[in-house]
Amino acid sequence: MASNGKSSERQRTAQQRLRIIAGHLRKPEEADHTEIAAQECKAESSRTNPEKPNSMPKRRQEIMKWNGWGYSDSRFLFNKKGQAEFTGKRYRLSGLIMPSLKDWFEGTFGANLQHKSPAAPALNAGVVPPPNLNEVFVEELKATGIPFSQDADDRMFRAHGHCLHEIFALREGHFGRCPDMVVWPNCHNDVVKIVELACKHNVCLMPYGGGTSVSSALECPPEETRSIVSLDTSQMNRILWIDEKNLTAHVEAGIIGQDLERLLNESGYCTGHEPDSMEFSSLGGWVATRASGMKKNIYGNIEDLVVHIKMVTPRGVIEKSCQGPRMSTGPDVHHFILGSEGTLGVVTEVTMKIRPIPEYQKYGSVVFPNFQQGVACLREVAKQRCAPASIRLMDNEQFKFGHALKPQVSSIFTSFLDGLKKFYITKFKGFDQDQLCVATLLFEGDREKVLQHEKQVYDIAAKFGGLAAGEDNGQRGYMLTFVIAYLRDLGMDYYVIGESFETSVPWDRVLDLCRNVKERIVRECKEKGVQFPPLSTCRVTQTYDVGACVYFYFAFNYRGLSDPLNVYLQVEHAAREEILANGGSLSHHHGVGKLRKEWMQESVSSVGLGMLRSVKEYVDPDNIFGNRNLL
Amino acid sequence: MASKSVYSQRDPVLKKRDDFEDILEERRNSSDLRYAFKCYTPVLYKGLVPCKPAMLKTIVLQSDSLQHVISQVSAESGESVELVQEEAAAILEEMAHRQQLSTVRFFAFTLSKAFKSLFRSVCVNEEGIQRLQQAIHEHPVVLLPSHRSYMDFLMMSYILYTYDLTLPVIAAGMDFMSMKFVGEMLRMSGAFFIRRSFGGDKLYWAVFSEYVKTILRNGYSPIEFFLEGTRSRTSKSLTPKLGLLNIVMEPFLKGEVFDVSLVPVSISYERVLEEALYARELLGVPKPKESTSGLLKARRIFSEDYGSMHVYFGQPVSVRSLAQGRINRAHYNLVPRHIPRKPTNEAQSFVNDTAYQLVRMQEENMVLKPWVLIATFLMQNLEGMELSQLVEQTVWLRDLARSFGAFLDWPDHTSSMKVVSSSLSLHCNLVSVCEGQVRLLVAAAQGCESPEALLFEQAVSALSCASYRNQVLHVFLRPALLAVAMHTAATQRKDEVYNCFSFLRNVFSNEFILCPGEAVQDFDEACYLLMKCGAVQILQQGVVTTESGRVTLPFLCAMLEPFLQGYQVVCRYLCEEANDNLTEKLFIPAVRTFAVKLHLAGSLRCYEALSSDLQKNALAALLRLNAVKKVKTADQVVLKVNKLAVNSLEDTLGGKIPTQKPVLARL
Ligand SMILES: Cc1cc2nc3c(=O)[nH]c(=O)nc-3n(C[C@H](O)[C@H](O)[C@H](O)COP(=O)(O)OP(=O)(O)OC[C@H]3O[C@@H](n4cnc5c(N)ncnc54)[C@H](O)[C@@H]3O)c2cc1C
Repeated sequence: MASNGKSSERQRTAQQRLRIIAGHLRKPEEADHTEIAAQECKAESSRTNPEKPNSMPKRRQEIMKWNGWGYSDSRFLFNKKGQAEFTGKRYRLSGLIMPSLKDWFEGTFGANLQHKSPAAPALNAGVVPPPNLNEVFVEELKATGIPFSQDADDRMFRAHGHCLHEIFALREGHFGRCPDMVVWPNCHNDVVKIVELACKHNVCLMPYGGGTSVSSALECPPEETRSIVSLDTSQMNRILWIDEKNLTAHVEAGIIGQDLERLLNESGYCTGHEPDSMEFSSLGGWVATRASGMKKNIYGNIEDLVVHIKMVTPRGVIEKSCQGPRMSTGPDVHHFILGSEGTLGVVTEVTMKIRPIPEYQKYGSVVFPNFQQGVACLREVAKQRCAPASIRLMDNEQFKFGHALKPQVSSIFTSFLDGLKKFYITKFKGFDQDQLCVATLLFEGDREKVLQHEKQVYDIAAKFGGLAAGEDNGQRGYMLTFVIAYLRDLGMDYYVIGESFETSVPWDRVLDLCRNVKERIVRECKEKGVQFPPLSTCRVTQTYDVGACVYFYFAFNYRGLSDPLNVYLQVEHAAREEILANGGSLSHHHGVGKLRKEWMQESVSSVGLGMLRSVKEYVDPDNIFGNRNLL
Repeated sequence: MASKSVYSQRDPVLKKRDDFEDILEERRNSSDLRYAFKCYTPVLYKGLVPCKPAMLKTIVLQSDSLQHVISQVSAESGESVELVQEEAAAILEEMAHRQQLSTVRFFAFTLSKAFKSLFRSVCVNEEGIQRLQQAIHEHPVVLLPSHRSYMDFLMMSYILYTYDLTLPVIAAGMDFMSMKFVGEMLRMSGAFFIRRSFGGDKLYWAVFSEYVKTILRNGYSPIEFFLEGTRSRTSKSLTPKLGLLNIVMEPFLKGEVFDVSLVPVSISYERVLEEALYARELLGVPKPKESTSGLLKARRIFSEDYGSMHVYFGQPVSVRSLAQGRINRAHYNLVPRHIPRKPTNEAQSFVNDTAYQLVRMQEENMVLKPWVLIATFLMQNLEGMELSQLVEQTVWLRDLARSFGAFLDWPDHTSSMKVVSSSLSLHCNLVSVCEGQVRLLVAAAQGCESPEALLFEQAVSALSCASYRNQVLHVFLRPALLAVAMHTAATQRKDEVYNCFSFLRNVFSNEFILCPGEAVQDFDEACYLLMKCGAVQILQQGVVTTESGRVTLPFLCAMLEPFLQGYQVVCRYLCEEANDNLTEKLFIPAVRTFAVKLHLAGSLRCYEALSSDLQKNALAALLRLNAVKKVKTADQVVLKVNKLAVNSLEDTLGGKIPTQKPVLARL
């Protein structure tokens, strides 16, 4: 086993890893040390476990916004001088000023800081409809001692995910159907009890993980007449054991990404699963939506990472009998669970692959003369199967957006623009500023290999006219993905609404799809009376052997529109049609939820849909898990 | 339905059309040389990376799709890939344009001279030009001019050059290549050449379609071709050909471009240069081979006055909007896009409908001169008519035509007598005015050796004149079909009239542009127009002739009469004379001989029956209706005639039996 020296080395790497993750997440001093709770469910014995590594309180609204993204203390605003700043202390961008954001914002959207569209102030509990309770269920639940709540703000918090229309409605003070109560199981057995009671009393259950869904998966079906219980998994958040021989960890499914990584890091490990929402999204949520992490090139997507899943269904508990690395036992039952979007049961525990923390990590970036060349380069990298942990290609608009977010003073943020200006004179002559685009890179592994790998990738890039543009630009690119979600809230303060959506598409169609979808958005906005051209941009965020994952952002200024939300929904709908018409998938990782349900049959054929239906019918004949996603 | 988006106006009169500008005016006032050397900086397709013709060829030859077919052909034929590749290169060499600005400038100069001597004016709608410029900037553009003369595509390029628009590349038939010099000049001005028939030649098709698609996808130049495939010898629009339209739509359907703009262009001539040539061709005199010396001999042409011509650039039509809700593009997701595939039925019918819509748009924007109205009466009064009566009738017809939405260019502030006289004098090669009598002129009438020769000369005049009447047919077509239907049905019951209408429409759908599947819309339109001009009253269940309808309806019937008669002649021939060995090849000469016989015997008066165009269309209709079948034998195609069916068709057309269901069913 690990010698002393080795373990101290591991300790060191763990520390380093922590710093790195803190690098793109939060200020280093915030990293608190907590033990791994490798013990069995203590639900019965002690409900208030002091050593619980909990970043997510039951009353989430105490630290998080009820009507926007992320932590309450962190937000973008335009200060009195009209400069954009990011508040709070959590992030590297926190407390900094971004002088060029205002001009970009006003220029891009035709927005004006004089024209504000503030959100409705605090949540007024009175406007939330009273709960529709199933008294017997409540009675019997009480008897189990599992905590629950019927408070309006707890219920409201779990009535939505983070789709634009959901947040917009909250800001406007419109509340639809919300769960009638919230329960917080502490462990697998608690979930078994809750599900039994729900079946017994015909109560509708909706699993709730991190609440980061962007597919309307968490919206309560308005037609649901039964009592709806939101099953919040946040208290099931322990790492139950780590198996260093097989490099697996057995984890409760409610754990959120940042806690999972932090706790594993302390033992020198990581999962390497880093979706952009990892600060808040949960392991169970990942499984339920088939999530994808930015570093999937090394670690794989969630379906590659899970070894064993335990799920509580109305029919009982489903799990495999062993943890063999691969099986030929008919269709893999895990694949009924992966992507089930809370329609079949609650994922309670997962055995996941873990890896030692990589010794070395290096960011990088490459500037290409145009998007076409950039895509060609990514395609070649994929062909040679030498993709770094992450490689992402932003189009020209996003590249410019990146500039706009440059903070005023910071040694680490040596300005992209300044750097580029220098480059322009020396290297980038001949690059058209309105054409060029940038790829950000992240390499991981042992030092030597990383450097070798880096060279290989830069050499390929050079063949496509790509020029290395420095580590800082790369690092900044990744850091921004964590704060970008906060920006939408800023936009909404000034009549700008927007959304992101994704797809996956074969390589030969990437360019066509990007162009057509972006243009479709522009055209639809125009036709729907949007006064100013929208922001319509994309990036390629993942590479595969046969294709890529493409992410779109679109946003527009809705002043002058009587029903902006409807316009927005129509544009998004049109964009999705365009994606499908151009050979893109319905979703690469966000899932279907209720937002994209209408295209399911077309996507998987009616026989395929029938298969899924029959599974649902067998597992949950009474539709206890009645969130009505997917099917 | 897509047609709605293209053709939404219920009332064609409400259609707003742009004003015209005479582009020759400036040419008459300033130096042609300076014009030929003017600064030419067209607005290009956004994001275009310009590409020289030689580069274009390389791109095409190296394209995935061509490489795919090359290896396929090589595998099938056993020839080496290199050899097939060379074949492909040779095909491309023969095909590709070599557009260069210097040649264009040369044409700009010479054509200025030529046009000024041929035409009084060349009128272009400048708003259309502006729309086109915008379209070229935004999307790949396909220019779809009508085709009445060799002049058409020279004129198109000339206009685009004049207005500083990106010069088109033009699909031209190989026939030009027999004139080495002229062919190469045209090539250097942007023409590319396709063989007339290459049915099963996979490689040829692959080179051709990839060539066109490469130009289109990259927006290098607007692509120009003639939907009608060839020059219409009759001035009626021809049934559109779908090959090229299929090709240019594919990049959109496969998502390779965001959209494609189709721009119908209507080119109308007050006097068609090839007028008499066409009539002779229709009567079976073989078309003179295109030859450079022949072209030079045509210098005689330059001494004549061809009046004015009008070029109307129509509203660009977005393929994307047309396809919306009609085509499931996801269909193209499952096979790599470079592998050629047969279009689906869905796509096929979409392209077909679009083609018809576009031809109709060409028709609608075709400028009509007073002369076409005059010609209409002359064709109904072959023995001639009083000038004063002609003037009066022409004015009446002008008003009717206007109320049907015709795009008439009738001079303001000029007496109608003057208008008519000046038309007559422009067409003095066709008509004579003698002692107040107007009649068709027969060219070589004097000293004609035989009655056949005389008939031939008469027919040349008549068919020349008919071609002008044909220009206005599309305006009256639907109401005229209704008028005939009411007459044949001999009842006021709407359903029966409709049956009759739709029967006629069906029979004549090779003769006229009638969009497939739109019988009901056409019927409604016909009813609406006749009601609007006061000729009929439309009741819940019936269509009733009004007092003024007693003039209008017979006139409209008379307009179609030659076609009704012509088709009956074809039917009669098939019933009375055709034997079991009638080959497809012999069909036209045989029908012609038959018609000549009837003429000489005095039992046939109309000349259209002599026209190979009508004969071909009638045969196509009979084949479509299964009254005649083609049977392929070893070395030829034989026509098998179902005499019963042909006979009953003839009777129905002759109004002997009303179109009842059983007759239709038997057909
Ligand atoms: C800013 C932002 C960035 C994002 N980036 C990424 C990204 O990089 N990659 C990616 O894959 N996704 C991303 N997402 C989407 C979202 O984070 C994922 O879908 C995530 O997996 C959802 O997890 P969650 O824990 O928040 O689940 P929730 O949002 O709470 O729930 C999502 C669905 O899963 C079900 N569910 C949740 N937990 C369980 C459980 N234990 N058992 C059964 N069903 C359950 C719910 O019923 C619901 O249907 C992003 C979202 C946002 C807002």
